[in-house]
Amino acid sequence: MNTHALTDLCYRMADDELILAHRHSEWTGLGPLLEEDIAFSSIAQDKLGHAQALFTIMHDLGGEPDADTAAFMRDELKMRCSHFVELPNGEYDFSLVRHFLFDVAEYVRWTALVQSSVEPLANLARKIHGELKYHLYHAQTWMVQLGANGNEESHARMQSALNEAWPYALGMFEPGEFEDALIADGIFIGEAVAQQRWLELVTELLQSSTLMIPTQVEPIYGGRKGHHTEHLKPLLDEMTEVYRIDPSAEW
Amino acid sequence: MATIISLDPRVTRMQIDPERKDPLEPKPELDQFQTFEVFHQGKSGAHHMHVGCVHAPNHELALLLAKEQYARRGQTVNLWVVNTRDVFTMSAEDTDVFATTPEKKYREVSAYMVRNKVEAFKKQNTEGSTE
Repeated sequence: MNTHALTDLCYRMADDELILAHRHSEWTGLGPLLEEDIAFSSIAQDKLGHAQALFTIMHDLGGEPDADTAAFMRDELKMRCSHFVELPNGEYDFSLVRHFLFDVAEYVRWTALVQSSVEPLANLARKIHGELKYHLYHAQTWMVQLGANGNEESHARMQSALNEAWPYALGMFEPGEFEDALIADGIFIGEAVAQQRWLELVTELLQSSTLMIPTQVEPIYGGRKGHHTEHLKPLLDEMTEVYRIDPSAEW
Repeated sequence: MATIISLDPRVTRMQIDPERKDPLEPKPELDQFQTFEVFHQGKSGAHHMHVGCVHAPNHELALLLAKEQYARRGQTVNLWVVNTRDVFTMSAEDTDVFATTPEKKYREVSAYMVRNKVEAFKKQNTEGSTE
């Protein structure tokens, strides 16, 4: 097994989950209605759990630091998250669209990982399948509700958020350094195939939403190589502030 | 993009002009979604039990939101949601129809002392079969 390739893949996935979990959690207490606030916060916690599980796999298989150290002690340059998850929440329309586009991608990735040659990854994929299914159901229901069953304003907001999010969403599929090895070793299907399946599923799920999928858009890359937006550093500073006061503290 | 004060909406949304004198617009009445009653099933075959309600614009979203409100912890196999408007109920002043006079013990199961008879019957049967 190619440990470098596996580690690179896991950091890309784990960092996306970790940073988006933090962004989602910024809505806690501010959601548009109480029930949605609770549901969205719960989804954020699930994402954090996925990140933790991935860090733990890397710790066990690749000799990487433990989950807390990996999450809280790496600086910006070491982070492998995509620009998409770093962007500020904006209004709830953008947060929902990002949740939808990200969760379709997450669903596609983890569904493929059920077949992974790396057993702990395949086991984790099976374990979290139900959570991912709910996240997808939640995201799609809102897309259809606000796209097709809301009013003119809700439709316009969702379409504009979708257009804004699209180039960043494509950036989630920025190829990693070890694409060929990941595919050859049966660890993962690779970013190109994942993107293709993602687009098919997004198209299918948005069918009844009346929202138009943007075309001919250039992806925004950089995150997988450690180049990030101006938004990541302030997020990391805030997220790691307490942990870094005393990294040896017992929680 | 304007200057970033904070990435946390809890901070940025609080930028209400301190000089502002005019009163905030009052909220219109009934600006909330309708409610749906939620019924939770803990085990396959068990009764669905009423656990509370959720606000939602339709059945689909009600079910979606009910999952996180009422099935996040503990075991769940299914949920029902029912529009509160579809629940037909008694009015509060009719509560007295449930009152019953204490003299009618014969209408209650506990009034029948059948256990002794059952025990006696079983005993007799057992003795009969061993002979």
